[in-house]
Amino acid sequence: MSSTASFVALFVLGTVVSTASPGCRKSSATGMVRADGSSTVFPITEAVAEEFQKSHPGVKVTVGISGTGGGFQKFCAGETDLSDASRPIQPAEVEACAKAGVEYVELPVAYDGIAIVVHPKNDWAQHITVEELGRLWAPEAQGKVLRWSDVRTGWPDREIHLFGPGVDSGTYDYFTEATVGKEHSSRGDFTSSEDDNVLVQGIATDELALGFFGFAYYEENRDKLKLLPVDDGKPDNGDGPIAASLETIRNGTYQPLSRPLFVYAAARALERPEVTAFVEYYLTEGVPLVAEVGYVPLPERAYPLALQRVRERRTGSMFAGKGSQVGVTIDALLEREAAAAPR
Amino acid sequence: MSLPISRTRDLAIRRAESAPQRAFAAIGLVALVLPLLLLLFLFGSSLVDAWPRLDWSFLTSFPSRKPESAGILPALVGTTCLMGLTAVIAIPVGLGAALYLEEYARPSRLTALIELNIGTLAGVPSILYGLLGLEVFARVLGMGRSLLAGACTLALLLLPMVIMASREALRTVPPSLREASYALGADKWRTLRGVVLPMCLPGVLTGVILSLARAIGETAPLITIGALTYVAFLPDSVHSEFTALPIQIFNWVSRPQAGFHVNAAAGIIVLVALMLLLNGVAIWLRARLQRRIYW
Repeated sequence: MSSTASFVALFVLGTVVSTASPGCRKSSATGMVRADGSSTVFPITEAVAEEFQKSHPGVKVTVGISGTGGGFQKFCAGETDLSDASRPIQPAEVEACAKAGVEYVELPVAYDGIAIVVHPKNDWAQHITVEELGRLWAPEAQGKVLRWSDVRTGWPDREIHLFGPGVDSGTYDYFTEATVGKEHSSRGDFTSSEDDNVLVQGIATDELALGFFGFAYYEENRDKLKLLPVDDGKPDNGDGPIAASLETIRNGTYQPLSRPLFVYAAARALERPEVTAFVEYYLTEGVPLVAEVGYVPLPERAYPLALQRVRERRTGSMFAGKGSQVGVTIDALLEREAAAAPR
Repeated sequence: MSLPISRTRDLAIRRAESAPQRAFAAIGLVALVLPLLLLLFLFGSSLVDAWPRLDWSFLTSFPSRKPESAGILPALVGTTCLMGLTAVIAIPVGLGAALYLEEYARPSRLTALIELNIGTLAGVPSILYGLLGLEVFARVLGMGRSLLAGACTLALLLLPMVIMASREALRTVPPSLREASYALGADKWRTLRGVVLPMCLPGVLTGVILSLARAIGETAPLITIGALTYVAFLPDSVHSEFTALPIQIFNWVSRPQAGFHVNAAAGIIVLVALMLLLNGVAIWLRARLQRRIYW
């Protein structure tokens, strides 16, 4: 026996691996639900997939994380069945989907709040207004609003260090729409990270820091951070500064920094029974999982209304394909939708 | 037997040591110990974090929303399959390319250009291979986000290293042995098969395994071609969708709950263990194959 034998053995092993199961190609094509998209929505879809597969052992569900934008790219190319999104679909994405002939049903699944946080030793800032946030984060502020005293008179004449999620995230998109007034437009001189835990670490170790990220990350790090209540200057949805909490996000008083999270389902994929079954599970038995993974569920009547959209295959976006909008309550939108005559 | 001689030589050198020589040795020692300490610290702190989660069920469970019951089974199986498949693709192609360049190609401008390119490709950032893989394997060749597409991409990433390692190994075969083979009337093919290949095999395999150990931690190209994060089934063919250890770790690290961070640490320990295992196999294989060569 020569030493080439082990070499040959390696080849044989590889060939066995690669040809082991030709029949499985078929089984992976049927009974498969492919979801991809936002990392913010991921924990919800993952939890629903986990439970769904317990009751539907024949169906395989996969969930990827490509970000909201990356998810829509795959979705509009027809590569996925469901797209997780932390903001509504944007005009360019609407166009890409239309070009590829991909129709979709838009399903709001939960609320998420964006927390504004500072270092616990920060004793001067007790709350902040939306107007101040807008001035602080606007593109024009770059190189100008550099000190706490530039934001509000009376705050100390010390540097302000800004932290925020990466510009590819839906959280960034929504935050800029809500404060600066223009989606995806802000100053560039802030510390950004795709990983919110890095932002938590950054703010927790910098006395002059101010940053924003998903509420769940504040909840898990309460002891290291100080939450700033936000005043939107509109007394009709709660007067004065309001701190983010599960309650204020749910009842719509933590505005404008509460945002809906979505799942988009491809109309063509909904023709497959396993996809419909998964989506229906998501909107019924899956609802309690939303709170379990740290997000705020929509008002109870919103889920049956979303289910109705699925059953009627009501395609298109309730946001008219304009991307993030601020201060929208989901059940108002769904009500309006439901009242309109189905096609 | 040779011990006394080397010892006296050692002593002779030591006596001749001058101050700068000793200083240089000290600097060298510090340079060696510093990275080792750093590595030890990183590994140690991960191990301390990971300890509560490192048990059999962690290796045999599927991912879950509950950190305490989440496991790495699909990622572990995915990574193992991916590495095996990558080796199967990279070895024949890499060895073939090396054989051609070393044994058949005549030195020309073209081969010089090819050699330069191989050297350059070894330094290309891995994410570019991911983008290439996404376009060529996943989209154009229609492999989708399958194990096969992932393995092809990683194989591409490894090829320059495999080719270079194989060429090095081919060069270590003494010319006298080839000449002896020719003198016995063997043609080129027989010489390659009977003499050169068996002799260079340990070198080739070591090169492949060491580059695999590097590729095992690659995240960027896999994320680019669309390896998934949540997969609750095992791959059943090369066309199966999959997840891999670095991707699972990456996901757990970025979750808000501390429980997932513990899982990430445990995942890191498993990944490092796998890497050490591969390196161990490389050493063992080399020793074993080398023993079989007689001349």
